[in-house]
Amino acid sequence: MTPLAESFLQDDDFIAVLYIIAFGLFIYGLMGLTGPKTAVRGNRIAAVGMAVAVIATFLIPGIGNWGLIIVGIVIGTIVGIPAARQVRMTAMPQMVALFNGVGGGAIALIAWSEFRNTGGYEDEATYIAIFSLFSAIIGSVSFWGSNIAFGKLQEVIPGKPITIGRAQQFVNLALLAIAVACAVAIVSGSDSELLMIVLLLASAALGNLIVLPIGGADMPVVISLLNAFTGLSAAAAGIALNNTALIVAGMIVGASGSILTNLMAQAMNRSIPSIVAGGFGGVVTTGGGGDEGDKTVRSTSASDAAVQMAYASQVVIVPGYGMAVAQAQHAVREMTKLLEDKGVEVKFAIHPVAGRMPGHMNVLLAEADVPYDQLKEMDDINGEFNRTDVSLVIGANDVTNPDARNKSDSPIYGMPILNVDESRSVIVLKRSMSSGFAGIDNPLFYADNTAMLFGDAKSSVSEITEELKAL
Amino acid sequence: MTVAVGILIQNLSVLVLAAFAGYLVISKVPNTLHTPLMSGTNAVHGIVVLGGIIVLGLGVESFFTKILLVIAIAFGTINVVGGFLVTDRMLEMFKSKPKEAVETSEDLK
Repeated sequence: MTPLAESFLQDDDFIAVLYIIAFGLFIYGLMGLTGPKTAVRGNRIAAVGMAVAVIATFLIPGIGNWGLIIVGIVIGTIVGIPAARQVRMTAMPQMVALFNGVGGGAIALIAWSEFRNTGGYEDEATYIAIFSLFSAIIGSVSFWGSNIAFGKLQEVIPGKPITIGRAQQFVNLALLAIAVACAVAIVSGSDSELLMIVLLLASAALGNLIVLPIGGADMPVVISLLNAFTGLSAAAAGIALNNTALIVAGMIVGASGSILTNLMAQAMNRSIPSIVAGGFGGVVTTGGGGDEGDKTVRSTSASDAAVQMAYASQVVIVPGYGMAVAQAQHAVREMTKLLEDKGVEVKFAIHPVAGRMPGHMNVLLAEADVPYDQLKEMDDINGEFNRTDVSLVIGANDVTNPDARNKSDSPIYGMPILNVDESRSVIVLKRSMSSGFAGIDNPLFYADNTAMLFGDAKSSVSEITEELKAL
Repeated sequence: MTVAVGILIQNLSVLVLAAFAGYLVISKVPNTLHTPLMSGTNAVHGIVVLGGIIVLGLGVESFFTKILLVIAIAFGTINVVGGFLVTDRMLEMFKSKPKEAVETSEDLK
């Protein structure tokens, strides 16, 4: 490279322009993500933006330690690519939690390094210390919280809320106070690394304690919230490092993540503070027990289910996490085709929080090539259940629970649900009578017009399909 | 100090504008795309990898700090690479495509 070209490439303004191009691409790409047709391109555009941002950073004058930088990038790539390529669509929520966690972890580590590198922000402006420490606290909370969320979704840790009782709120506040106190001490001049370590540990404990008490049903909201947290801490780190690309990208994620969290909380009729305060299911009478002796369940067979659906004029399929676990989406698609060949109108009713993540069902059904326009959102389909002959509930539970409408002391009371119980008959595919992820009993299963078909969702659907072929 | 404050003000204005940009972009997303969107924005905050590169690249003496930063860069890279790839895989499924044989990735463990 000629000296002239080198000085041009490494010019501060040139790098600043590259950053502007990069975050322009982020925003443009994310705009694309808002529509199914433009989404693939949008995501790739955002990825190109990221590449531009990384290249611009390499050009910053005086960047050295290339060996170590490359080692880090290579390790990250070697771990990241196979993880992303091999994860099953059903495991997507925990994968997103994990990727989110490492992002938060990176921010906390960077803040710690900055602290060590500058001797406790000795010669830095006060605001730099403040933003850096803020990013350390939130990044650490996000890292540990996401790991717990991953553990719960992967079922390494029980999905049920784990609390330390009444002291929970107090302990959380105390941990936050400790972290903030350490930050204040550092900002006001102390350069003791012990303070930084206590700050990181207190935030780590806080991250664990915030997510542990949260029941599985609220987990999507929590992941989205932690996503917003990581974004905010990235923006704070950007201010501390005076890096525009970090500020813009972090803040966009912080803002969009907050909106997304809010939308999801609304879909469940829960407020974000009450979710974070935890205890969904803490007040619930333990579900899954054998205390339903007086209620009777009618079970059915695959052949009966097949006959019932084959002679229906409209069938609505309500998929839930059970379909995901059983990987039944392809079998469902095949069954749907057979029904359509027999002149049955088939629609899919997608609850906004069905599965373990909003939109989770749409991803799975798209994987199985179910046409996009066959998937109906809750508000569009709810008026149709009273005209529906058969509702086929595949591994969904809480989102169909009529208690949410009728029983004011139910923990899910007020959550908008799919009014499956209004249809002429309901067939529920379920592994057993155990309660849903929220741990709440579902009266739908005992209703007169409901029949249960027990077994693995995939094999049940395949059996129904075989019966349909024979008809 | 005034120089530092000037930079801070400039950065804060960028911050506020970015917040509104994020708000406007996301406020009209259909439920269908919430999962890919979450995963896509998730990849974008992997931009923290830049922070790691800058701090490490501009010179670090302590060996321990270097290790912290290498881990941070690795973490950030996982976030970026994994995040974009996973989102791409998800979104590919929303495209209408000719019927393929059921994928071989079906083996449940």
